[in-house]
Amino acid sequence: MLLQHAATAGAHPLEGTVASYLWLLPLLPLLGFVLNGLLSLTSAFHLGPDDPSADHGTGSHPVAHDETGGGAHGDDHHAVQRHRYAGLVSLIGPGVLIAAFGLALAIFLAMRGLGEMHAPFVQRYFSWMTVGDLVLDASFQLDQLSMVMVLIITGVGALIHLFSVGYMRDDPGYPRYFAYLNLFVFFMLVLVLGANYPILFIGWEGVGLCSYLLIGFWFSEKANADAGKKAFIVNRIGDFGFLIAMFMLFANLGRLDFLGVNATAGQLQFGGVVVTAICLFIFLGCAGKSAQIPLYVWLPDAMAGPTPVSALIHAATMVTAGVYLIARSNVLFSMAPAAGLTVVLIGGLTAVFAASIGLKQWDIKKVLAYSTVSQLGYMFVGVGSGAYVAGVFHLMTHAFFKALLFLGSGSVIYAMHAAYHATHSHEDAQDMRNMGGMKKYMPVTWVLMWAATLAIAGVPPFAGFFSKDEILGSVFLRASHSTLADAHWLGIPGSYILYLVYVIGLAAAFMTAVYMTRMMIYTFHGPNRTGEKEREHLREAPWIMTGPLVVLGVLSVIGGWFNIPAALPVGPIGALDRWLEPVVGESALRAAGGTLPEATHSLEYSLIAVAIVIALAGIGFAFARLKPQRLLPKAQAPAEHGFGRVLENKYYVDEAYDAAVVQPVVDVSRGLLWRGIDVGVIDRLTRLIVQSKDDDAAPGAVPMGGWVTRAVGYLGSQLQSGRVGTYAWVLVVGVLFVLGAFSFR
Amino acid sequence: MLAESLFFSAVLFTIGVVGVLTRRNAIIVFMCVELMLNAVNLTFVAFARVYGVAGQVFVFFVMTVAAAEAAVGLAIIIALFRHKQTVDLSNINLLKG
Amino acid sequence: MRDFLLSIGYNYWILPTLLALPLLGALLVLFTGRRGAEGEDEVASGAARGPRVLATAVFALEFVLSLGLWWAFDPTFDGWQHSFDRAWIPSWGIRFTLGLDGISLMMVLLTTFIMLLASYGSFTSIRRKTRAYYALLLVLTTGMLGVFMALDLFLFYVMWEAMLIPMYFIVGIWGGERRIYASLKFFIYTMLGSLLMLVGIVYLGTHQPLTTVNGVLTAVPNFSYEAALNTAQFTQRGALWLFGAFFLAFAVKVPMFPLHTWLPDAHVEAPTAGSVVLASIMLKLGTFGFLRLAVPLFPTAAMHPAVRTTVLVLAVIGIVYGALVSLVQPDFKKLVAYSSVSHLGFVMLGIFALTVQSVQGALMVMINHGLSTGALFFLIGMIYERRHTRLIESYGGIARVVPMFAALLTLVTFSSIGVPGTNGFIGEFLVLIGAFRTTPVLSLIATTTVITSAAYLLWAIQRILFNALDKRENEHVPDLNRRELILMAPLVAGIIWLGVYPAPVLRRMEVSAEKFVRHVESKSAVRTAARER
Repeated sequence: MLLQHAATAGAHPLEGTVASYLWLLPLLPLLGFVLNGLLSLTSAFHLGPDDPSADHGTGSHPVAHDETGGGAHGDDHHAVQRHRYAGLVSLIGPGVLIAAFGLALAIFLAMRGLGEMHAPFVQRYFSWMTVGDLVLDASFQLDQLSMVMVLIITGVGALIHLFSVGYMRDDPGYPRYFAYLNLFVFFMLVLVLGANYPILFIGWEGVGLCSYLLIGFWFSEKANADAGKKAFIVNRIGDFGFLIAMFMLFANLGRLDFLGVNATAGQLQFGGVVVTAICLFIFLGCAGKSAQIPLYVWLPDAMAGPTPVSALIHAATMVTAGVYLIARSNVLFSMAPAAGLTVVLIGGLTAVFAASIGLKQWDIKKVLAYSTVSQLGYMFVGVGSGAYVAGVFHLMTHAFFKALLFLGSGSVIYAMHAAYHATHSHEDAQDMRNMGGMKKYMPVTWVLMWAATLAIAGVPPFAGFFSKDEILGSVFLRASHSTLADAHWLGIPGSYILYLVYVIGLAAAFMTAVYMTRMMIYTFHGPNRTGEKEREHLREAPWIMTGPLVVLGVLSVIGGWFNIPAALPVGPIGALDRWLEPVVGESALRAAGGTLPEATHSLEYSLIAVAIVIALAGIGFAFARLKPQRLLPKAQAPAEHGFGRVLENKYYVDEAYDAAVVQPVVDVSRGLLWRGIDVGVIDRLTRLIVQSKDDDAAPGAVPMGGWVTRAVGYLGSQLQSGRVGTYAWVLVVGVLFVLGAFSFR
Repeated sequence: MLAESLFFSAVLFTIGVVGVLTRRNAIIVFMCVELMLNAVNLTFVAFARVYGVAGQVFVFFVMTVAAAEAAVGLAIIIALFRHKQTVDLSNINLLKG
Repeated sequence: MRDFLLSIGYNYWILPTLLALPLLGALLVLFTGRRGAEGEDEVASGAARGPRVLATAVFALEFVLSLGLWWAFDPTFDGWQHSFDRAWIPSWGIRFTLGLDGISLMMVLLTTFIMLLASYGSFTSIRRKTRAYYALLLVLTTGMLGVFMALDLFLFYVMWEAMLIPMYFIVGIWGGERRIYASLKFFIYTMLGSLLMLVGIVYLGTHQPLTTVNGVLTAVPNFSYEAALNTAQFTQRGALWLFGAFFLAFAVKVPMFPLHTWLPDAHVEAPTAGSVVLASIMLKLGTFGFLRLAVPLFPTAAMHPAVRTTVLVLAVIGIVYGALVSLVQPDFKKLVAYSSVSHLGFVMLGIFALTVQSVQGALMVMINHGLSTGALFFLIGMIYERRHTRLIESYGGIARVVPMFAALLTLVTFSSIGVPGTNGFIGEFLVLIGAFRTTPVLSLIATTTVITSAAYLLWAIQRILFNALDKRENEHVPDLNRRELILMAPLVAGIIWLGVYPAPVLRRMEVSAEKFVRHVESKSAVRTAARER
């Protein structure tokens, strides 16, 4: 392994510090994966017989799983006693994450200590794919942006690992779970640390792979396995776009490393077809990974996985990879205002679309899933409009409060599960109609969830307020002062689009406040609908689970204080702005048209006021209109009708996709391509040649040839009669023939 | 003189050929073969009358060969008869292949 | 290491040894053990032990010997290495010439590696006439290695035909229910093309420049590859016909759409090791033929716009069509067979797109497909030995019963899909990024396969490994045994190693790939003028 550093002008100041252990950062969770994976396999694996074709059943073992009932037909969900290696795994799994977080923190402090760091710190390990003029190294790049991501991944990740120790404690697949989770963190770190697009792509697909494995973790249920498969395939549609973008980059710039691309991007024409196409294809990839329209459909289904997985992958990290990618490609996007408008528009539409669906979901995790899709839309509005810092800021705060929301709901589900298990009930533990009044049984969780709800709704001084306000404010200002505003989107002036998105954003903010409050009211307030007998089993989750919640709660409160806008001089103004400036500053300026849009303090105050009013109005609206006491438990709940039903069924988008895309592809493949062409046409032609006589069909050309040959041979064999007289005749005829030939020369 | 002798030989030869081709009894075939050979002898003698004694010398060769061939051939027929109890040529196809 | 090998004269004797050793081994195997009675289960009775151990030992020796090539090969030299040249039929200008370049090096290593695994993997699945089987495997090896190493066209043809016969018998005797139909179809398809190639070879060998021999101006036949490359005489129209002849022979083998229908039948009916060899090595012979013969010998014809476009379009059709038809196959083996059509389409795309990246990518796909699909067929064979069915619907939820098998199948699936980090990604990525420079639209269409390949494979393994365990027969399936684990280990290692660190392999093939591209690029412009008559 060669450690070579990008020599810009001499060695990088971070060289020789703890940052030279950058490679250890992803390697720690990878080690965790290997260890946990071995523990999982060795405990489940029984060596088979030497001759498997021999009569089996004599020496084979029963199905390896839990000891109680459930048998081969039960699910892989419930066990009576903990996994044999659970203790060891509980040390390794979260342990590597905590170690990684510690290392990340140390590296962060080293970076802080430098003061200004203008060039990224690149470590090249070995040559990966060098073919002709394509030079791809396995190398990592550390700059301010990747540092932010690394801290979020390892920090929030460590908390979620700790939570999982409690949440998954009785699961028979405990080591396998942590193996997958560790592998996920490994890939996610590769994603954010990669120094070129293909290395990023390794992480990109790798997290998709882990998502597949984790969503389908309890794979005995077909629905879970289906969800995992759907996630991977829809992601792949996005990956297709990402690949095309990479191909175009290489074809036009000849480089695929970030430093190289950023340096040579200037060769492309500003706002031209090439750079716009590249950015649009990149965004296609983001739409897949970060669940934007039209590729968001996998995320709600992904809730089939364990709740900590939903927290880590589908809230804090994997889904934010798309936002990271655009922030990383800021140079390209700042050169393509039309692409930026597309991103902003789709982000805004997704935000409001998903929020509307969240209004009518009953499964607590589904509400959060659609909320995530919606908030991701906000992030894309931010990075799409050139406000890269705003987008990343919201990514950060969202990681805190969304993880908290998911883990909190996980605690609630954990309690509900325990309750139903104790009474042997089979009711849905995730449906809010079966909850209610939980604040009495889980007060700590209740408080923390409210902190997160206020954060997501955008109530100051909670985290979400600052980030959401910054995004909306940026869009509003850029609507009159940016290259996007000057550009056109399908003929429509960019400024219209941006103002429209601003309004949509406000609508989505209102809906966010409403559905989140709705969730809180139905879950924690009002009367309890879980059932008489179950009620006595409802209690707060153990401290291994509630502890991380507290930490996240604190972060949800103070997380927004990292980037206080100038209009509110109460604390570190624009800390994140300054931190990310070397990475995105230049592009932000370019996207804004040369100078950053300025706002008078009065305009700023009014924007802030609007945001606060909307948030409070939403909360108030929810409290006023929703009557938890009128709810019935899921089993007895009446069906929705009207537009509510449309919302509850997510606008029937999945059904539409199935009918318009999936079924036709399968049907055409089966009917036309396979049966029609392969068997019908090609094989029929083949049979013309090959078909032998013993089948019912007419013989083909080759056997016919054989038959003809045999016939001719038969005729010839008649000459060999064995009778002397015949031979004599032949002799005479021959002599006459020869004589005649000589005579009649 | 020569022409008449040659004509006579030709007739005898032809009779012999027809006999070989059409007769079924192996002994008769052999007699016809002898007839052919003697016809050839006559031809040689006729020509010797005109062109010198070499023709008559040749007759001796032919008669020797005819005798040897008759002996061997009859021996084959006897062996064949012992095996197949018949000398009918139309039924003997041991060489069929 | 390199010095040690050179000191023992490795360069001189290695190639003929690699050819001779399996033949010797085949003879020995035929005399080992005893002939089994009709219908006897030779594995259970022990009669199979001698042949299979001896054959595997010979293969192991072969593989170890061939490993030396990895170090002895000089990546910077662009000519033929380790050459061996003896006169064979001088009056016809036929010589027994062997040689290696970067392309054939990797193919030879792949062959010896896979054949060793194939032999080791057949221990319990071949239960009758085992002596004959292992002997046939050995003869097959010689044939295949001969094709890769031959630098004389006549020798190439002899070896090409020589590997057909063992394969015909392997499929026809030890195969599944419709084995006769499948083997006959396979044989006739391949033979038709080969005969046309023979015509082409004879033409090339005999149409050499006129030289004065004993005072008479004659065309001295010369069947060497170099002669065909440099001195053979034909018009441009002649080049098109000749290219067509070679094209048909190799296009059947690749297999290219629409000449691919022999493959699903052959794969399904062949025994496990037969499928592995067929997929991992024999399919590569078609693409190798393009790289070695069809394209370099007739660059003007190959790069003629109509020809090139047709081939590229057919390749992309193969990629998309193969993937879509795989989606709806009920038989897992047939599914993998059609996926091979899809993967090999990538190779053809890479070759005819003619950039260094796409050609290197094509070569990588050849190697990677050999590993991944070989591994897939081995796994299918293992589960077939236990449950005697290849229908996907017969399974379901078996991941809980056979966790090791499930883990391996999942890993190999991801390699086949081309997830970065595994070997499959490297080849596909290089082909697509290279092809994008010369045929962006077709490359874009081909990229959609990342979606479809994920769809058909994930759906298949979901129905096999996941979902509910609802069939009684699946509840007691035993997991992999020691031999099978040892078998899969090197394949898994290769999958991961080539995905993470493919540089050594790429480096060894680089010079040959570049030479290929430069040769075709230069000649397809120049030859048009020179050969016009």
